[in-house]
Amino acid sequence: MDRLFDYADYGALLGLVHNSLIAAALLGVVGGLVGVFVQVRDMQFAVHGISELSFAGAAAALLLGGSVALGSVVGSLVAAALIGWLGIRARDRNSVIGVLMPFGLGLGVLFLSLYEGRAANKFGLLTGQIVAVDTVRLGWLVGVSIVVLIGMALIWRPLMFISADPEVAGARGLPAGLLSIGFTMLLGLAVSLAVQVVGALLVLSLLVTPAAAAFRVTASPVLAPLLSTVFAVVSAVGGILLALGGSIPISPFVTTISFTIYVVCRVISVRRQRRGWGQRLPGVPASATPAAASIA
Amino acid sequence: MTAPATGPALSLRGAGMSFGDRVLWSGLDLELQPGEFLAVLGPNGAGKSTLLKAVLGQQPLSAGDLLIGGRPPARGRAQVGYVPQQKSMDAATPLRARDLVALGIDGHRFGLRRRSPAEKQRIADALEAVGATAYADAPIGLLSGGEQQRVRIAQALATDPTLLLCDEPLLSLDLRSQRAVADMIDRRRHEHGTAVVFVTHEINPVLDLVDRVLYVAGGQHRIGPPGEVLTSETLSDLYRTPVDVLNVRGRIVVVGTPDEPGGCHHHDLTPESAGRPAAQSAGGAA
Repeated sequence: MDRLFDYADYGALLGLVHNSLIAAALLGVVGGLVGVFVQVRDMQFAVHGISELSFAGAAAALLLGGSVALGSVVGSLVAAALIGWLGIRARDRNSVIGVLMPFGLGLGVLFLSLYEGRAANKFGLLTGQIVAVDTVRLGWLVGVSIVVLIGMALIWRPLMFISADPEVAGARGLPAGLLSIGFTMLLGLAVSLAVQVVGALLVLSLLVTPAAAAFRVTASPVLAPLLSTVFAVVSAVGGILLALGGSIPISPFVTTISFTIYVVCRVISVRRQRRGWGQRLPGVPASATPAAASIA
Repeated sequence: MTAPATGPALSLRGAGMSFGDRVLWSGLDLELQPGEFLAVLGPNGAGKSTLLKAVLGQQPLSAGDLLIGGRPPARGRAQVGYVPQQKSMDAATPLRARDLVALGIDGHRFGLRRRSPAEKQRIADALEAVGATAYADAPIGLLSGGEQQRVRIAQALATDPTLLLCDEPLLSLDLRSQRAVADMIDRRRHEHGTAVVFVTHEINPVLDLVDRVLYVAGGQHRIGPPGEVLTSETLSDLYRTPVDVLNVRGRIVVVGTPDEPGGCHHHDLTPESAGRPAAQSAGGAA
């Protein structure tokens, strides 16, 4: 256990990872918000697929001596464009992802095995690293985050409309294809951020788990993204704070925190549904059959 | 009752729709007056939903003219309300009934905005008008089919449309909800002069509300009051084969349409109604 946890010089360590903490908090905000639509649009598999190509891009950059951040962004955007373009319909999408993902991972492994630098760099791309965020890289992360946040703010409402209620949104003239491609590109950028902080293998813990947890406890369109963001920030920042005291990568801490939050939310939702979530106001008879039964 | 708009809510002149050699309908002339209730009937693939797409500006006509309140169709007109058929929504959709109605008002607008108190009031009024206030804050995915359809009608009416398009809105609802939803649409058109185009497989739930029927089959169509169109003679002519229209205790049953192996068109088309024929006839007698 001593190897895992040693908090003797914690204050000094904290100063060293100051950039990483900012990066993690940003990633939490972006991941929590984008995750809402990953959930609503059922794109969990796409997140995984994009992260593998992002990994390949980062590995290529590492091998060529370029910027890892730029490499992962390029890899993500290529994957997002392919998925968005070839797979507007959900069924096509999953097969496109299933084809792209192993190819991306294979490329990434190839580039890493050709790379002769520090082994920690290689491993970090897959499982995350805490110390590597220098000021230049933080600038990158902040810039990409701002692009994603502005983009999400612009398309939030129409995207929610077309995702939850495609027929009526189409009747109101919303372009389904454009919104789908637009969101997938923003998702690609968010994934590339996550790959740099938690590593390619565990991106799902920040882009899927927090929103999935939030959806268990609220259906409010304001509260759901808010909770999802809080959960993601707590997981990312908390993961780094815990990882500081030991020698293992941050990702197991991040995944454990986000998983714990999910389990707690799930328990709350089960208890709540037993008491009747979405129950009618008192004094007004329910007009038809209880809905939960017909959906389950 | 608000002052009726001048001129027809919807007019089609010589309208035709075809894909390559396949003609869905042609030479369609129709003037729908404010407050009028038009039911669109016909077998699957006859082009009923395509007619709605043309009105929504999603599918251009191959021939003729289409005007909505005197203007050509365009995507996303606020004066056209649309109610799709009920389908179950994901229980985890982060929207409440109130939010679905709100999306009907501003869901097509990009960027962040706050809803004004006037808009919030409109949303509350729309929910009130369909009797959905009690579950306005319930997650949409946890509502029953009938409740969802009420919310959808509130959503369609929140923009105060002059024309309401309904695509099989009663499908897969139980009989009580069918009646409630149909009555709601009927009340709206009487109180606000909203013209209604109601695409359906099953005429009986709305038979007493319908002013005119547009029956589309085999590239042809007939328009007129239900008593004139839904006759053995007219439908036999339309299908070019003997078809019997029976009136059973106030319900209309069409027997012998060639595209239905069972021959009983209005009842055997949908899996939902095929699964519970007994319930269907019981409701019709009531």
